[in-house]
Amino acid sequence: MSLRSNVLDLRKRKREVQKGGGDKAIEKQAKMGKLTARERILALLDKNSFHEYDLFVEHSAKDFGMESKVLHGDGVIIGTGTIYNKPVCIFAQDFTVAGGSLGLMHARKITKIMDHALKMRVPLIGINDSGGARIQEGVNSLAGYGEIFFRNTLASGVIPQISVILGPCAGGAVYSPALTDFVFVVENISKMFITGPSVIKSVLGEEISMEELGGARVHAEITGNAHFYAQNELECFDQIKKLISFIPRNNSRKALPYPPKSPQKGRKIEDIVPGDPRIPYDMRDIIKGITDGSDFFEVMEHFAPNIIIGFGRMEGETVGFVANQPMVLAGVLDTDSSDKAARFIRYCDAFNIPIVTLEDLPGYLPGVDQEHAGVIRHGAKILYAYSEATVPKVTVILRKAYGGGYIAMNSRHLRADFVFAWPTAEIAVMGPEGAANIVFRKEIAEAENPEEMRQQKILEYKEKFANPYVAAAQGYIDEVIEPKETRPRILHALKVSENKSVHLPAKKHGVPPF
Amino acid sequence: MTEEKEYKNLIVQGAIYKTTYTRKFEDRLMWEAPNENLLYSFIPGTIIDIYIKPKDKVKEGETLLLLEAMKMQNQVRMPFDGEIVKIYVKKEDVIPKRHLMIEIKPKILK
Repeated sequence: MSLRSNVLDLRKRKREVQKGGGDKAIEKQAKMGKLTARERILALLDKNSFHEYDLFVEHSAKDFGMESKVLHGDGVIIGTGTIYNKPVCIFAQDFTVAGGSLGLMHARKITKIMDHALKMRVPLIGINDSGGARIQEGVNSLAGYGEIFFRNTLASGVIPQISVILGPCAGGAVYSPALTDFVFVVENISKMFITGPSVIKSVLGEEISMEELGGARVHAEITGNAHFYAQNELECFDQIKKLISFIPRNNSRKALPYPPKSPQKGRKIEDIVPGDPRIPYDMRDIIKGITDGSDFFEVMEHFAPNIIIGFGRMEGETVGFVANQPMVLAGVLDTDSSDKAARFIRYCDAFNIPIVTLEDLPGYLPGVDQEHAGVIRHGAKILYAYSEATVPKVTVILRKAYGGGYIAMNSRHLRADFVFAWPTAEIAVMGPEGAANIVFRKEIAEAENPEEMRQQKILEYKEKFANPYVAAAQGYIDEVIEPKETRPRILHALKVSENKSVHLPAKKHGVPPF
Repeated sequence: MTEEKEYKNLIVQGAIYKTTYTRKFEDRLMWEAPNENLLYSFIPGTIIDIYIKPKDKVKEGETLLLLEAMKMQNQVRMPFDGEIVKIYVKKEDVIPKRHLMIEIKPKILK
């Protein structure tokens, strides 16, 4: 054969394998409203940046008639490319090839690209669309999963790991996404569960649809397994690209800065917060009032919305925001919101992203269900995460900062670098209503008109303690600032913290209350 | 505040806050003190055998019925010395979790 015929032969082979499961399977995939694995990669990465490896890998199974079956690429595509010119490693399971089922060689391809991502210190993106373990390959497919989970864990906190659920991801397979930093789901396409509806029905008699059991909305709102929720795949890819723009490529770098911008004109944060601490407002308006271009990229928007987490930029630099949301459950801390914030704080700390905390909360959510759900150990996570974080940490107290909530929300005592308070801040062991009932119990009980006396004592307590000056007198607050000074003060605080250097006691690792 | 009407009340330490609820918060179950005279299923499954009938006097630890779940035959035992009041299930019944199976009453000490 001549070189030319060799090249033609190569091209022919490539065309054949690139078709994945063939026209019929591709048609079926499209009918389900899904792009193919290859289309997904090409839609997500920069144009012409994708380079594939292991295209000609074949499965090694010999039992159950597998020896005569050809599975192109063994049901997964791996490669490297760029997003906004930043390098990434990527794999995408191909549902058109044997339902994207995971066999030994399929797993080896995935672990190969994972090893590469970790070695090269670049983000890893995994697109999951698989029926699960390839039963015919038995324990080899289990081994494959285990090897993937192990690498997810090793890479955690070193390179960003992103999981995109674009199809079923069931049984043990769910644990790879669960170990990664960010999980993306799409309405009607993503399905995640340990045990599917049919097994649940046969064993337990409970009837539920796949969507209700483990659809995108469920994971975005109820379980907290998903971080980003999109209506369709293209919206999902835009979210991934936006996330990539905010985060550094590995834990030894900072996120690339963007050209600085002012917040949008006309956003006046001093007009947003009502004077009465019992009246809500949308904390996102405050965040957008201080970020560059008023751009705020919210993470886990639908889960535990009583706390807000997400990324924004200030003078071009990425900042992680953690903020109480008075509009939902009065902004209380509870099991879910503590869990949500704690993991985000640890993400920011691992990847050198400064944390800005905006505080306005009445405390922890009361209730038997909360106590029995373990609000003590879940609530402890947020204390642990803030205390352990060594990135620059700035807190602004807008209104309420009561009791345990005050301590938890990046207080001076957990080593916040800078704590500012608005003059409307109320920093106290508890709200005036609760405190008056306890401190003046006797006076109230013995008064001629107890309710009148109660109101009087509440007012008395309010005037004396419900302000920022008691805490400021102790140096727990660094400065009481005017609302309009918020952005310049945070900017300056971050600037002077640029070379922050803190060393925690040497240890193998802590034992956080997971 | 034009939207004020949509807000609900949340009481934290005596103060009433105007806010919205989450779906999870609204769906939460109110806690009730357990009644130890009512035996509920702790797992969904099938009743495969019943060893007692109403008015039987039963000693603590005696097996009352077999509840098969997850391929395991679980023995439901008497929690204290007492008497069977009423049986709410029959053989072959497939029952969900927290389903009332048997009502009992403790032995009255004389």
